[in-house]
Amino acid sequence: MKKIVLMGNPNVGKSVVFSRLTGANVIASNYPGTTVDFSKGKMRVDGKHVEIIDAPGTYSLEPSNKAEEVAAKMLKEADVVINVVDTTNLERNLYLTLELLEQNIPVIIALNIWDEAKHLGIHIDEKQLEKLLEVPVVPTVALTGEGIKVLVSKIKKARSNDKIQPTSDEGRWIEIGSIIKKVENVEHRHHTIRDRISDLTIRPITGLPIAIGIIFLAFWVVRFIGENLIGYVFEPIFEELYRPVITELSNILGDGFIHNLLIGTYGVEIDFVESMGMLTTGLFVPIGMVLPYIIAFYFMLSILEDTGYMPRLATLVDNIFHKLGMHGHGIIPMFLGLGCNVPGALSTRTLETRKQRFISATLLAIAVPCMAQTAMVFGILGPYGIYYIGLVFLTLATLYIVMGLILNKFIKGESPEIFLEIPSYRRPSVKAVLKKTWMRVRWFLKEAIPFLFIGVLIINILYSVGFLQWLGTVLAPVMEGMFGLPGEASISLAIGFLRKDLAVGMLLPLGMSGLQLIIAATMLTIYFPCVATFAVLVKELGVKDMIKSTAIMIATAVIVGFILRVILLGV
Amino acid sequence: MDKKMIPLTHLSQNKKARIIGLDGGHGFQRKLRVMGIRENQIVTIVSRQPFRGPLTVTVGGCQMTMGRGMANKILVEEI
Repeated sequence: MKKIVLMGNPNVGKSVVFSRLTGANVIASNYPGTTVDFSKGKMRVDGKHVEIIDAPGTYSLEPSNKAEEVAAKMLKEADVVINVVDTTNLERNLYLTLELLEQNIPVIIALNIWDEAKHLGIHIDEKQLEKLLEVPVVPTVALTGEGIKVLVSKIKKARSNDKIQPTSDEGRWIEIGSIIKKVENVEHRHHTIRDRISDLTIRPITGLPIAIGIIFLAFWVVRFIGENLIGYVFEPIFEELYRPVITELSNILGDGFIHNLLIGTYGVEIDFVESMGMLTTGLFVPIGMVLPYIIAFYFMLSILEDTGYMPRLATLVDNIFHKLGMHGHGIIPMFLGLGCNVPGALSTRTLETRKQRFISATLLAIAVPCMAQTAMVFGILGPYGIYYIGLVFLTLATLYIVMGLILNKFIKGESPEIFLEIPSYRRPSVKAVLKKTWMRVRWFLKEAIPFLFIGVLIINILYSVGFLQWLGTVLAPVMEGMFGLPGEASISLAIGFLRKDLAVGMLLPLGMSGLQLIIAATMLTIYFPCVATFAVLVKELGVKDMIKSTAIMIATAVIVGFILRVILLGV
Repeated sequence: MDKKMIPLTHLSQNKKARIIGLDGGHGFQRKLRVMGIRENQIVTIVSRQPFRGPLTVTVGGCQMTMGRGMANKILVEEI
C-alpha cells in the first residue's frame, strides 16, 4: 500500500478527516495541467509511511467539471480509498459509494458527522450497512476525532466488492433505495434553531444585512491579526535580527551599483520601507508587511469556508456577479484582493471557466485596492475630508460594475449558472482551519514569492539605470495635457509598477490640489497591478490573456483619468 | 390526478411539490440526479434572490442554490 485517497461528496468533512489523519507535513498542490487544487500529506499505517491525498469533492465518478475529473483521475492511482460519507445525507452519498465499489479498488467507508445524524434523529445501522456492502464501515466524528483511530486500524481491512457490478444510473438508485430501507431509520425532526439561522442568512432581506455585518467583522479580525503579527512578530524579527546583518553587508559592499541594487542608496540609514533595495524593501515588503495580512486573510477565509457560510454568501451575491460575467464565487478574489491583490489573483482559479477567470482577474487589478493602497488613499486625501476619499472608492466601485458589464458582453466564452450545495452550518475545527491556513500560506510562499522577487529585481534594475525616470519624463506632457496633473506625477506612476502605496505617497510633495489628488490616486489604482500581482496574473492567465488584460487596464486608466479631469477640473 | 405540471421557478415559496421530470441534455440531467434532484423527490423553495437571481431549494434533506435557467428545466407538481 502506497497511496490512500480520500473520496467523497463536497461538504462531508473530508478535509477535517484529512487533517485528523495527517501530521504537519501537508501541502496544497495544483493538479498538473489544471487549475484544480488538492491537498496531500503523509500518515502512518502499521508503522509505515503512506501518502494520503484529499481528492476534490465529487458527487459522481462521471465528472461534470474539472475538479470532479481530477477526483476521478486520482482514484486510478489509489491503492486504498477512504470513502467519506455524510451520515445525515446517506442516500445521496451512497451514489458515489456504489460507483466506487464498482471499481476494483479496496474501499473503507467513514460514516462521518455521525453525532449530528443521531442528533437529527437519523439512525443508521452501520453493521447492517457493512454486511450489505461487504466493506468496513466506521462511524466517525472528524471534528472531535471520534472513530478516527478505529478508521486507521481498519484501513488494512479495506476491500473491494466483486458482487457490485457496473450498472446504469437507474440501477444504482434502485439499489440505494433498497439499502436505505434496510439501514436507515429516521425520526420526525423539528425545525431547529440552526435551520432558522440558515434560512435567515440565505433570504435576501435578512441575508444581505447579515452578510455585510459578517464581512465587516471579517475585515476587523483580519486587521487585528495582521497588525499584531506585524507589531509583535515580523517587525521585531526584521529590526532586531535582520538589520545588523544587512548593515554589515552594506559596509562590506561599499558604494556602487551592486549596493544600490541590493540595499539602496549608500551612506543613508537603511529604511526597510523606502530604501528600495532587493534585500531591504524587496524582502521586507512581501514578508514583513504583506505576509502577515495574507496569513490573517487565509485564516478568516478558512473559517468562513469551514462553517459553511461561503455558499450562502455566493448565493446572495450571485445575481450581481453573474451580470458581471462571473458567478457568486467571484466575491472571493475580491474579498482577498482588498487585503492584498496577490492572494486575490491566486484565488481566481476557484472560478470555473476561462472567461470568468479573466474577468475576475482584470477587475481585481483595475478596481480592487489592496489594504496598503487604501491606507495611503486615506492618508493623502484624509485632510480634504471624507467626500474626497469617498469619491475615489465610489469611482472604483462603479468601475468594477461598469467594466464587469462591458467585459461580460465582449469576452468570449461561457459563464454557467451557479449550482452549488448549501451545507448545514458546522462548527469549524481549529485543527483543520489552522492546517488549511498553513497549507495556503505555504502555497502562497511557493507560488508568489519567487515571482515577486524577480519582478522587484527587474523594476529595480530599470530604476537603477534610470529607465523609469526617463519614462516619467516622456510621459510628463501627457500628464499635464490630458489629466491636468503636474508632470512629475508621471514618475510616481512609473514607481507604481513597484509599489503602489509608495507611489501614492510620492504624490504628496507635488503640491497638488485635493481634486488633482483624487485623479492621480484613482489612476494609480487602475492603470496597473503591483509587480507581484502582475507576476501571479501572468502565471494564472497566461501571457496572451495577460497582455489583453493589461491593455484593458491602461485604456481604462486613461479614459477614467480623462473623465475625472473633465468632471472635477473642467476642460 | 389532474395536477398541473409547472417549472420549479413557478412554485410558490411555502408550497411543497413533487418532481415529475427533468428537461435538458443527458449530462445536465445526470448532474442534477447525482445531487439528489430526481423524479418523485419532494422539493420546497427556501429563498429566491431578487431580480431573477438564483433559487435555493430543499430536496431530500439537502439544500442547493441554482440559477433560474436550471430551475426552469425541473418540472414539478404541487402537492
